[in-house]
Amino acid sequence: MILRLLAMLVMVLSGAAAAAAQQAAPPVDNCRTCHAQLDGKLGEPAQQFADDVHATRGFTCANCHGGDPREEDMEKSMSRTRGFRGAPKRSEIPQLCAKCHSDGAFMRAYNPSLRTDQLAQYQTSVHGKRLSSGDARVAVCSDCHGVHKIRPASSPISNVHPQQIPNTCGRCHADAGYMKPYKIRTDQLLSYQASVHFDKLKGGDLAAPTCVTCHGNHGATPPGVTSVERVCGTCHVFQEQLFDQSPHKDAWAKTKIPSCLTCHGNHAIKHTSDTMVGTGKESICMTCHVEGDNGGKAAGRIYTALTGLDASLGEALSVVDTAERKGMEVGEARVTLSAAREKLIKARVDLHTMDGARVEETTKAGEKLSKQANQDGVQALAEYTFRRKGLALSLLVIAFVVVCLWLLIRNLERPAAGEETERT
Amino acid sequence: MEKTVSGNGQPEQPGRRRMLGFLVGSGVMASLASFVYPILRFVLPPQSGELDADTVAAKANELAANAAKIFRMGNRPGILIRMVDGTYRAFAAVCTHLNCTVQYRQSEHDIWCACHNGVYNLQGGVVSGPPPKALEQFEVHTRGQEIIVSKGSRS
Amino acid sequence: MRLLKSWYEERFGTELLSFLWHKQVPRHRHTIWYYLGGMTLFLFSVQVVTGILLLLYYRPSPGEAFESVQFIMTKVQFGWLIRGIHSWSANLLIFTAMLHMFSAFFLKSYRQPRELTWVTGCALFFLFLGFGFSGYLLPWNELAFFATKVGTQMMAAVPLIGKWLLTFFRGGEEVTGATLTRFFGFHVAIFPLLTTAVLGAHLFLVQYFGMSVPPSVERGQPDKPVPTYAFIPNFLLRDVMGWYIALGVLAALAAIFPWELGVKADPFAPTPAGIKPEWYFLFLFQTLKLIPGRVVFIEGEQFGVLAFGLGALLWMIVPFLDRKQEGPLRRLPAVAGAVIVAYILVMTLWAWRS
Repeated sequence: MILRLLAMLVMVLSGAAAAAAQQAAPPVDNCRTCHAQLDGKLGEPAQQFADDVHATRGFTCANCHGGDPREEDMEKSMSRTRGFRGAPKRSEIPQLCAKCHSDGAFMRAYNPSLRTDQLAQYQTSVHGKRLSSGDARVAVCSDCHGVHKIRPASSPISNVHPQQIPNTCGRCHADAGYMKPYKIRTDQLLSYQASVHFDKLKGGDLAAPTCVTCHGNHGATPPGVTSVERVCGTCHVFQEQLFDQSPHKDAWAKTKIPSCLTCHGNHAIKHTSDTMVGTGKESICMTCHVEGDNGGKAAGRIYTALTGLDASLGEALSVVDTAERKGMEVGEARVTLSAAREKLIKARVDLHTMDGARVEETTKAGEKLSKQANQDGVQALAEYTFRRKGLALSLLVIAFVVVCLWLLIRNLERPAAGEETERT
Repeated sequence: MEKTVSGNGQPEQPGRRRMLGFLVGSGVMASLASFVYPILRFVLPPQSGELDADTVAAKANELAANAAKIFRMGNRPGILIRMVDGTYRAFAAVCTHLNCTVQYRQSEHDIWCACHNGVYNLQGGVVSGPPPKALEQFEVHTRGQEIIVSKGSRS
Repeated sequence: MRLLKSWYEERFGTELLSFLWHKQVPRHRHTIWYYLGGMTLFLFSVQVVTGILLLLYYRPSPGEAFESVQFIMTKVQFGWLIRGIHSWSANLLIFTAMLHMFSAFFLKSYRQPRELTWVTGCALFFLFLGFGFSGYLLPWNELAFFATKVGTQMMAAVPLIGKWLLTFFRGGEEVTGATLTRFFGFHVAIFPLLTTAVLGAHLFLVQYFGMSVPPSVERGQPDKPVPTYAFIPNFLLRDVMGWYIALGVLAALAAIFPWELGVKADPFAPTPAGIKPEWYFLFLFQTLKLIPGRVVFIEGEQFGVLAFGLGALLWMIVPFLDRKQEGPLRRLPAVAGAVIVAYILVMTLWAWRS
């Protein structure tokens, strides 16, 4: 009996020890345990936080809100004496996040490749400057990154994922009512959504530029007139270099005309077309130049060169396509054709020099290749016709045999009409 | 044919009939030959080997280390790169942005598109510039003195 | 030659040779129709030879079918010729088979004892249509793909087993790569096997019973025996002449209307406008288009398919239906046949022009 009691005691004790050990493993977070059972404003943050990037790395509510998560008594755990802060004020948020995120030594333990200069950058931004001058309506960290369900930027459900960025910025910047005190335009999102950049982004090209590519993210500022070219040039390297060689460069710099966006616009950057140059109705050149002046002449030359190559490419392509559909070999012509098309693409880059001769040099090389491809296609079609003629020629031989056969039969049956039946 | 005719023929007009028999016989023989000839040529495998055949991109010692060449693979260009360590890699030489032909940059050890400054690494991945996708990678094998490139499962 | 003959006769006797040697063919004003059978047989052999040649390079998979046909036409020497001949010979074969069949019908060659010759001939014709239908898809180009889609869709209208038939022939719900491999199997294995058997029977029956003499000729000269001439050489030489003429027509067709490669099929592209089946299916196609949505109590399409099925069956058993050699109903089959021919011609032309 005593033995059995002893054994039971041992079992109970060891069980309790095991339970205690198990509870020690995850950090005790009574905040979430209680709040998760609440409804509405008090419950939602706790439920959302479960999958937050911070929660998955072991952070708790108390890391931001203060208080003592190990204390079960509500009064005590959320008392000011235990450092409870409640919901931080908007103006405090950048500093609060920066406590960890600007601490290089601390961040290394979690994500050594993550930058730690976000706060410093933020303070240079229009948002940061206005915040420090007392405007709490501007964007702070949580406006873009979220509050309790923060995800890394690589996550498609993050508000700062490239494909989400336009809407994230647009939440404030496209809201005319909200932006009213600042007296700035609110059509940027709509304009951007009509741009070639947005087309690419929508199509899944995550490298396509969004708001932050040009304006910066933490240090968001409109690029000044002088820096536009550099901004565009980070991706459009050649266009920038060639533009620098153009007569526009100095002339525009003097009169403070912004470079790229004068022709291409800023937010609504449309897919370019050859009609943007030249002397036609849609030509942008004609907003400043007239047909007879030097600029107009160059524009006309460039337009003629580009559209000329484009047309001869189209012609060559249709010849080659026809030949291929008829079952002719056009592999070589296709390779030549793509080389010719490459020249057109290069010529369209070259035009940023606004140098007619330079564009013509490229398009002439393209014309030559295009002609070559066209000839290959024509030759393939000629070969096709040749085959048909060959077949038609074989008709002669066939006709000859048929005629001989016919003569032979006649000859065979001529002697006597009744002769054949003889053998029956 | 000729045999049959002469075997069954009547002796009335032997000269003319023999002549006609000969003409028919040779006509039939000639046309038979003209049937057999294309068939024999058809049966022989064509110069370019089989469909989607492996492409001989280069000879074994054609490329030095840290060099590359463009070769034709069907209707499109391919690029064969001899890496600094002497191994080979091959990619479709068609830029994923606007289909320009890419080139190898010896100084940078990367693949570069001259149209809009697209840069790819030597795994075909995009480093910078407008290309939205990586270059398709091909399989490279050495067969005797030939470097063979084929569209494989590896990409 | 003589040596070969005696070697053969020592082993197999003289029966077969002397049968061929003494074989006689009736000679009258309708004799010309006798050559169409030989012409069809010749074109069929052309199909066998060129088909086997194409098999050397063709690959039956949706990823490779079009490319392999392109390869045949561009890279393989004389590939364009072999493929062109295979395509054109197929059409010409159906045409001569049709003529052969209708001539046999109007000359009443199916009369006792040649009922089975007719039945096997009909079966061969349907097999040729099967060859045509299955072979058309194999190059996997846009036209072929959508024509097959429309064509197989008709099978769904067959009562009771329509759905099953559709799935069976398509190898699934839709026309896909599974359909291609299936059609390939039909085209190069199942149909050739069946054709060999039926064609063997047909040829044997033709030899066994000899050529039929049309009743009109028999009636014209009731006392005299119908004149004949020797199969060898008179008929055979004419046969060879017929083959050469067929060859000439083939070359002319291939030269005037070369068989193009077309554009590779894209199963997800919308059906292009004006998709039509091959010419020999046009009258079927046009009829089904014309039938109203509902006929009496069944669906229009179902009615059409049933009607054609019944028609084909009746056509096949014509020898057993047409028993009257005398009396006022004697001319009924000819009239019916004329109506059928006129119907097919009108519908085909209509569909062609529209």
